[in-house]
Amino acid sequence: MRFRFTSTAIDTAQARRQLLDQGAGGYVSFEGWVRDFNEGQEVTRLEYEAFQELAVKEGERIVAEALQRFPVRQALCIHRIGNLDLSDMAVWVGVSAVHRGEAFDACRHIIDEVKHRVPIWKKEHYRSGDSGWVNCERCAAAPHHDSASHSMHK
Amino acid sequence: MQLKVQYYALMREQAGRSEEMLETAAATPADLYVELTSRYRFTLTREQLKVAVNSEFSDWSRRLAAGDAVVFIPPVAGG
Repeated sequence: MRFRFTSTAIDTAQARRQLLDQGAGGYVSFEGWVRDFNEGQEVTRLEYEAFQELAVKEGERIVAEALQRFPVRQALCIHRIGNLDLSDMAVWVGVSAVHRGEAFDACRHIIDEVKHRVPIWKKEHYRSGDSGWVNCERCAAAPHHDSASHSMHK
Repeated sequence: MQLKVQYYALMREQAGRSEEMLETAAATPADLYVELTSRYRFTLTREQLKVAVNSEFSDWSRRLAAGDAVVFIPPVAGG
């Protein structure tokens, strides 16, 4: 299983151990964190929701593609669901490889594809008391623009 | 024909439910979305959505069969 969800804090030490490989000379990981602002609003907490049956299949496909496309040894992605506070880790990606270059490239590829393809939704709660589904509320009222999904919001 | 429809995120809130069994004459996911939008006033247009049938991405023109499970997928925001 190379993509999974957890409703409790991501155990990065345990996840990293899954990537250990005697043929690997390096390891790269990415952590996405809950940030306190997005698009001009002060964020106080987040909720993540997923269509898990399809999300796990699509996440597995993304990691399998990365393993095929880049010459890396092991790769894994773990995503949180449920309620998260500021600075909590929302997503973790780890890759081990013979050389560092492929590990960086594959790690970047996996997080970028996960953000665009996996059916996961994020509801932001704001200091103002308001809340909104990211990429859904504003795009319902105005023509879709893609800045939210490229803002590296975590 | 009876279908199972599951709702997530904004659409779950707008429908006021996370799933339902539905008796419908809709032949395709596209027809079903028109029917459900008139019932629940979904604000997302079909162009903003993807659709899944039986937990796999599907075309909007797929012929639905009795017992299919349909999920409309709003713009995603993982990470």
